[in-house]
Formats: sequence, C-alpha cells, structure tokens
Amino acid sequence: MHDLLPFLAEHDFFKDLDEKYLSLLVGCAKNVRFEPEQVIHREGEPADEFYLIRKGKVRVEIHSTGIGPVVIQTLTDGDVFGSNWLIPPYKWLFDYRAVERTRALSMDGKCLRGKCDEDHDLGYALMMRFSQVLSKRLYMTRMQLLLELESFEDDE
Amino acid sequence: MTVSKVEKETRGTFTLELDPGESGFPFLPGQFNMLYVFGNGEVPISISGDPERPDILVHTVRAVGKVSKALCRLRPGDVLGVRGPYGSSWPVDACRERDILFVTGGLGLAPLRPAVFHIFNHRRDYGKVILLYGARSPDRLLYTKELETWSRALRVEPAVGSAGPDWKGHVGIVTNFIARMDCDPAQTKAMICSSESMMRSMISELNLLGIPDREIHLTLERNMKCGLGLCGHCQLGPTFVCKNGPVYSYDRVKELLAKREL
Ligand SMILES: Cc1cc2nc3c(=O)[nH]c(=O)nc-3n(C[C@H](O)[C@H](O)[C@H](O)COP(=O)(O)OP(=O)(O)OC[C@H]3O[C@@H](n4cnc5c(N)ncnc54)[C@H](O)[C@@H]3O)c2cc1C
Repeated sequence: MHDLLPFLAEHDFFKDLDEKYLSLLVGCAKNVRFEPEQVIHREGEPADEFYLIRKGKVRVEIHSTGIGPVVIQTLTDGDVFGSNWLIPPYKWLFDYRAVERTRALSMDGKCLRGKCDEDHDLGYALMMRFSQVLSKRLYMTRMQLLLELESFEDDE
Repeated sequence: MTVSKVEKETRGTFTLELDPGESGFPFLPGQFNMLYVFGNGEVPISISGDPERPDILVHTVRAVGKVSKALCRLRPGDVLGVRGPYGSSWPVDACRERDILFVTGGLGLAPLRPAVFHIFNHRRDYGKVILLYGARSPDRLLYTKELETWSRALRVEPAVGSAGPDWKGHVGIVTNFIARMDCDPAQTKAMICSSESMMRSMISELNLLGIPDREIHLTLERNMKCGLGLCGHCQLGPTFVCKNGPVYSYDRVKELLAKREL
C-alpha cells in the first residue's frame, strides 16, 4: 500500500497535509476499479467512504419519478467525491455510477471518522479540505441557477 | 438583404442565412451587424458564419424581445436591413502557433463560431485547441452537426446542466471543467463569451490555472444604438462597445466588468 503515498502526497486535495497524516491516510486507502455503468453507490446507503478519481468518469444521478435517472454532475480525473462520511447521518445522497472504466482510490471514512474524533488536528485538516470541495460545489450550483434565470426562455 | 434560409437551432433560437449578393460580405470573426426589421427596429447581432464563406451572411438570433422576436419570425424571401460589419475581432491571427481554449455557453457560441471556423480551416497554424461549450441540456446545444465535424480536428468538450443517462459529455457548468482541460498556461490564449457574471466566474478559474488577464479575450454585449461610436448608448466608462469592442482583452476592461451599473 505504501506505493499510494506519492499519489496522495501529490494530489491537490491533500496538498500541504502533514506527513504523519498522509501515512495514516495511506493505511485507510485502497485501489478500486469500476466498469462502465457499474453502480458505485445508491442514495440512502451508508456513506462509509470517499473517493479520489485517478482515471475515468463518474456520474451523479437523482432518480426522478416520471423522468427516470437525471444526471446532475459528472466527475473526472483528480475529482474527490463523497463527503457524507463526515456529516451525519452518514448516508449517500445521490446515486453514483461509472460512465466509463474508472480507477479510483477508496478511502475508509468509517475508520477516519474515529481518527478525526481522536485527533482534532486531523479532523480540522480534513474538514478544511472538504469545506472547499463543498463550497465550490455550492457556488457552481448557484451559478447554474443564474443560468436558468438568464436563459430568457419563454414557457412553452 | 433577402433571407435565403431559416433554421431552428433550439427552442427560441434561429439561424438566418442572408444573401449578400454578388459582392459578398467579408467580415472578421467577432464582428457584428445592426439588423433592422422594418416596422420593429434595429438590434446588434453577431455574425456567426464561416469567414471564408462571404457569399452567405449568417446570424443566430435568440428571441428575447420585440426586435429579436421579429427577426425570428422572418422566412425565406423576406427582406431586412443590414448595416455593418462593425466592431473589433477575435485575435485569431495574433495567436497562431498558440494553444487556444474557447469557453462559452448557450448562445455565446454564436459570436465565437467564426473564430472556431477560422481555426478549423487553418488547423495546422495552431497548437492544442479546445472548445469547452455548455448548455442547460443536450437539446439546447447549438450547431450540433458542426460540433461533430469540429471534433475531428479540435477537442470539443460539451457540458450540460443536466442530462439523461445516455449523455456522454460533462454535466455541470463549464466553469467547473476549466481546471480539467490540461492547458499549458504559458501557451494558452483563452477566448470566452457568456453573460458578464458567468465570464467573471470563468476568468477566476482561468486565472487560477495561471492564464493572465491579457491572454483572456471576451466579448461584451452592452446595448447599443448607432454602431459607430457616436451616440454613447453603449458607452462603458471610457470605451464604446460598438466601436472599440465588442471583443476586448480582459486586462483592458477588467475595471469595467467589475462595475455593476454602467
Ligand atoms: C455586440 C452584440 C452582439 C450581439 N449578438 C447577438 C447574437 O448573435 N444573437 C442574439 O440573439 N443576440 C445578440 N445580441 C443581443 C441582442 O442585440 C439583443 O438581444 C437585442 O438587442 C434585444 O432587443 P429586442 O428588441 O429583441 O429586446 P428588448 O425588448 O430590447 O429586450 C427584451 C429583453 O431582452 C433583454 N436583453 C436585451 N439585450 C440583451 C442582451 N444583449 N443580452 C441579453 N439580454 C438582453 C432585456 O433585458 C429584456 O429583458 C448582441 C448584442 C450585442 C451588443
């Protein structure tokens, strides 16, 4: 597993993270692979992990009664997904599915939750990083709302 | 000029082809015309055709108000007034041998399309070329046939706000994907077109990648009347969008883009 250390150390998400925490994270990481169309997680499942995409593409879906699955976001190389391992009630809020063959690192959030409780510096470091991901996502969603308003489409 | 063809692009957006007659209608990518619909009024509309086809004058119009709706009601054989071409152009000649990143959404592709045509027609003169183009949904993407043709020589990256499961492109706003385009900031010239709020968001991502303000070009679509830099209708601080613009490098209009009411 130690070969994962350079990958984690170079990843933007873990930039400037203390080396002792990087080693600890390596202990919680494993390589995973998803085939095209494979479901990674479904809404409501326990959120006990998060992922760093190494290569590939994942889509985030909401199942709408009447319409069926609606894709609301795609994630690709370098993206991090799954923040609900940190936030009660620790459940996946959407469906996640691989668009193409995807290699990722799966991080054991259940184990990390305990470690964050024991060591608040680690908890703070991870919380800081996830707040950036979440605030960027919120910003993009708001820009998307603006696009809807600016579209000047007549209701038909 | 006479309308020779009308094509519906998406709901409320139409592409009009006009016949400029024997002399043709040469223009530079990024320039616009003042189109006059008799009895309705005159509005600025970008030229969206291939600059190497001066025999067809192309405009893509979204019906938003009185004049644009009247333009979208025109049919082949109808006649309209055309004044132009006016304004500045995309720096396609000045960025030969450079990498180009186009970022745009919805109707924003219309003013950029002549620049994309130019680069596609002279592909060997340029480095890596990426077109990151967004729309609210797949059925709202403009020029889908051309996107396919262009994708043979350029990297076309479509992104939509939401989609069904069979959509293979990106989902999310285009800004979200700028960082994923693997651009070499020292080599890249960015050309962007969208609403001003969206362009501010694009620019902040481009800056984060290391692309400086002077390497970002954009088009401003402030309302205008005369098209000649005389009436002051489109005056934006010290600049007249119709004459000095609509295409600017961002470092020249940075202060203005940050101001709310001008
Ligand atoms: C340089 C330049 C190039 C342009 N190129 C194109 C083009 O290629 N295709 C195209 O469809 N339009 C383009 N426009 C915008 C177009 O000129 C306006 O949509 C048009 O003037 C609106 O006139 P109207 O009488 O139809 O609507 P109005 O009755 O004047 O306005 C109706 C509604 O549209 C909104 N609106 C007006 N102007 C704009 C604008 N510039 N952008 C967004 N919303 C606006 C108004 O706020 C109002 O809510 C361009 C504008 C400029 C300045």
